[in-house]
Amino acid sequence: MRPKWKKNLISVSVIVIIIAVWQLLSSLKVIPSFMLPSPWAVVQAFVKDFPLLMQHLKVTLTEAMAGLLLGIAAGIGLAILMDHFEFFHLAFYPLAVLTQTVPTVAIAPLLVLWLGYGSLPKIVLVFLTTFFPVIVNLLDGFNHADKDRIKLLEAMGAGPFQIFRYCKWPESLPAFFSAVRVSTSYAIIGAVIAEWMGGNAGLGVYMMRVKKSYDFDKMFAVIFLISALSFLLLSLLKQIQKLVMPWQTATSKREGRSTDTAVQDK
Amino acid sequence: MEEILFAKQEASSAGQDPSVTPLLQMENISMSFPGKPVLADVSLYVGPAELVSLLGVSGAGKSTLFNLAAGLLVPDQGKVIFKGEDITGQKGKIAYMLQKDLLLPHLTIAENVALPLLLRGERKDKALAEAISHFENFGLAGTENYYPGQLSGGMAQRAAFLRTYLFSSELFLLDEPFSALDAITKEQLHRWFLGMRKKAQFATLLITHDIDEALTLSDRIYILGGQPGSIIEEIVLPPDHDRSGNFWKQPSFVVYKEKILQLLQRDI
Repeated sequence: MRPKWKKNLISVSVIVIIIAVWQLLSSLKVIPSFMLPSPWAVVQAFVKDFPLLMQHLKVTLTEAMAGLLLGIAAGIGLAILMDHFEFFHLAFYPLAVLTQTVPTVAIAPLLVLWLGYGSLPKIVLVFLTTFFPVIVNLLDGFNHADKDRIKLLEAMGAGPFQIFRYCKWPESLPAFFSAVRVSTSYAIIGAVIAEWMGGNAGLGVYMMRVKKSYDFDKMFAVIFLISALSFLLLSLLKQIQKLVMPWQTATSKREGRSTDTAVQDK
Repeated sequence: MEEILFAKQEASSAGQDPSVTPLLQMENISMSFPGKPVLADVSLYVGPAELVSLLGVSGAGKSTLFNLAAGLLVPDQGKVIFKGEDITGQKGKIAYMLQKDLLLPHLTIAENVALPLLLRGERKDKALAEAISHFENFGLAGTENYYPGQLSGGMAQRAAFLRTYLFSSELFLLDEPFSALDAITKEQLHRWFLGMRKKAQFATLLITHDIDEALTLSDRIYILGGQPGSIIEEIVLPPDHDRSGNFWKQPSFVVYKEKILQLLQRDI
């Protein structure tokens, strides 16, 4: 097995090589700068507009986080209700699926029309794109909770809430975190798209402005900023998952290091 | 020799002490699943501190009987009586243990073991302290803060035993708890289990398809056979039979085993 730093080195090298080739192509004027600005020009544009970018970033991040948290909360609540009451599942699951068949780009202008140019339509759009993965994954997790464990808990006198608390919920956590990862990337994209459709501040608004003034170096700067933001949030999420699910780390360590660290029979 | 052995068995079987009420009684249990009768008029009992095995081939209805005792199924006919109380179809009276340890992966061993107490509504610190106080005795010392995924199979089964013990220290309902273990671990766990029994004096209903295991551990063996399943034989082992784990080396072991094999083969 490769050590971790070697693995990271491989991943990072590829990115560095791509950027180097790109810089080379720009410097040699193989690609004209108005079509593809050089990485160095992008960095310069980023530094120059940094304070402005941060202002817009704050707006986008706030909208994305507000929508995401609401989406996750609603997703959890709805999944629990659907798991518990068949009626609820029959009534609302198809509706939830239906909301996902409407393309984001198509609802965004409508939301702006109904809710104005402020943050609200953005938050609503993010909410609409993020609650669904949580519902689907959690329901799946609940359904796949170990039936024998549930039976044993019942035999030990556990009620529905205790079964949920000790079995269904913790066993669904991996699925839940997968869902939150998907939803987090949706959240940033959703907020930016909603800002394209109209607004006064946010990275999407900034993007539209620099596009209109043909500042493609700034365009690239903001694109990289957005992907860096998503990347950071996803890493943060990984850390949260480690904190919330310490048993996963503990168990995988054992498997990684052969069985000699496992507690053997005495 | 055979005659002597079984003559002795008849005698002790008939000599069941009527003054002692059995801990668990299953009376005239009949059960069928749609289109398929599984159990017909099965009656059995487990006395206090007695280890009774239910031996049968696969598909004889062992697990159904087990689920009935645990209250997970309701019989078509018959009653399950625990400590004089009719608990037919009631969950939460008797805890059981299966081949899989069924420890919850996200709880530490101490929390897992304390689970029956937590489910009963005891405070967490109290429940944990109570659970940990048994760790030494059950050969689990030092594993309190491990997660189940970090334990070997034998250790995990011991933790599951302790959890069952904390739920009910009088009766263990075991469904092939040793069958997923390798031969050496199984042997170790058998000895350990017999040692625990001596100390803690709990009664056990052990469901198994392993004749050697049944003979090594039991006071009494019910043979379940036929379609639908019923008790075809009850074998009482002499109270003084070798419990050191060396019973299999003795000639009487072979006689018992042969007799049981005949009974089970007749069934196939």
